[in-house]
Amino acid sequence: MSASVSTNPALQSTITGYLARQRRWTALEIGFWVLALAAPLLMPGQMLLLNEIAILGLFALSLDLILGYAGIVSLGHAAFLGAGAYAAGLFALHVNADPLLGLVVGTVAATCLGFACGFLVRRGTDLTRLMVTLGIALLCFELANTFRGVTGGADGLQGISMGKVLGLFAFDIKGRTAYLYSLSVLFILYLVARRIMASPFGLSIRAIRDNRLRASASGVEINTRLVAIYTLAAALAGAAGALMAQTTQFVSLDVLEFHRSADLMLVLIIGGAGYLYGGILGAIVFKLMQDAIASLTPQYWQFWIGLFLVLFVLGGREILQVAGQRVRAQISRLFAGKDA
Amino acid sequence: MAPVLQTFNLVKRFGGITATNNVSFALQPGSRHALIGPNGAGKTTLVNQLTGVLAPSEGRIELAGADITGLKPEARVRLGMSRTFQINQLFKSMTPLEMILLVLSEQNNLGLSLFRRLDHDPAMLREAGEIAERFRLDDMITGEIGLLPYGKQRQLEIAAAFAARPRVLLLDEPAAGVPEAERQDLLRTIAELPADVSVVLIEHDMDLVFRFATHITCLVNGTVIADGSPAAIAADPAVRAAYLGEEANV
Repeated sequence: MSASVSTNPALQSTITGYLARQRRWTALEIGFWVLALAAPLLMPGQMLLLNEIAILGLFALSLDLILGYAGIVSLGHAAFLGAGAYAAGLFALHVNADPLLGLVVGTVAATCLGFACGFLVRRGTDLTRLMVTLGIALLCFELANTFRGVTGGADGLQGISMGKVLGLFAFDIKGRTAYLYSLSVLFILYLVARRIMASPFGLSIRAIRDNRLRASASGVEINTRLVAIYTLAAALAGAAGALMAQTTQFVSLDVLEFHRSADLMLVLIIGGAGYLYGGILGAIVFKLMQDAIASLTPQYWQFWIGLFLVLFVLGGREILQVAGQRVRAQISRLFAGKDA
Repeated sequence: MAPVLQTFNLVKRFGGITATNNVSFALQPGSRHALIGPNGAGKTTLVNQLTGVLAPSEGRIELAGADITGLKPEARVRLGMSRTFQINQLFKSMTPLEMILLVLSEQNNLGLSLFRRLDHDPAMLREAGEIAERFRLDDMITGEIGLLPYGKQRQLEIAAAFAARPRVLLLDEPAAGVPEAERQDLLRTIAELPADVSVVLIEHDMDLVFRFATHITCLVNGTVIADGSPAAIAADPAVRAAYLGEEANV
């Protein structure tokens, strides 16, 4: 290459400054995690609900990696949740009751399943992917249903009794240990996901979503990357499944049901895909809404969730955005007035 | 010197249509080689076979003496051949900096480094800065790609291909649709491409072709009808006929 172009120090500092800014933690983020940690103090009676939110948030974070970042649609994410839940549940029942070991086992089981399924979703259109992922989840459901000697079938996996977390914290009836355990796992895996998505690998995943033609013309091996991100997402979903099995000390066929995958899509749509927090925020809104509506009309809560979703997708997000812009404009006008 | 890129009797058929008809073409190292021809002559089909987007029906392609006919596009990029697209193919959610860094990290085999930071390697950041300057993107390197003026998007299109450190760079109608105000900048960047990069320029625009090309191949209906120096091509009766109609052929 010719050395005709000089290196401009101002440009270099723009570049390093921009990249440093990209990975900096904002006050909002820090506040969010502090609030999450303080939540048991603010809602002492709701720790079981908080635990469910943390687990659903992790599950949705997993979907965000493939749907939000890689642009792969999936209607069968429950397969990995179920794999993690059953693996962790069986491990606790037959081998060892240590939660962290069980978490590893559940994660590894889902990772293996994800790796195998990754090869099936590399090719094809969105529609074929929806069908393939849906099919995989149905297969898993029927397998778990058939091998009732192992899984307990429709009765579920009963009699799980978990050990103490780190040998120190026993699971309590109010769910405080459960929530703090799930939150810790969610936070650590969030950190891992954040680091990975900011790496050259993460950039290549976004490249594939944005423009496959250019991604491959840039030297990105699309198939390998898709298998890799799919496997990674399955690992997170498996961890969520393991947490679910351990904190409820029960696994039933319900973890593999279709509504798990479908709800997950809703959660991510509510929170917004492609920025890692969408799944967690979506989980908060979804679970709180489900809880609030279910306490008002226990039988019809799905009707209200459905109505909310239709309105939200048809225009709610734009309405929120426009409102946000108005407020910002209003504030800047206020300050402009002071300057004049 | 041995050609850096060469095709041997390349044929591409789409059903009954022969889009590329027995094309044998050689790109000399350091050459500015224009591929011209009227609309539908099969220029882009040829480029798509060179870069691996389409598989040829018959024939062979060699890059620096190695047979690449069966290789995937990404493998060809790693062997030193990159391209731009006639219609911009950019990563809309990224900034120009990120797009250039993506290509550079793929070149540095970092694509599967899950935990490495983008600013891990100062040499890579320096290279990204140099590319941004070369393509006159330095003042908007952290802006949103979708908001760049069209001419700058065209520059980025070439910058991304250039970031792959190509030996062979294929430019597919680089100046198409660029408004006059931005056109001169773009032509200057193309003229300033380093001499050791061999360039294939696919163009309609004869002004641009005769300004840059050191060698021209003219394609009509998928067939090479003339190949030679710009002066020879300008005087070639078959080329004149293809471009200006039969009356010009006197």
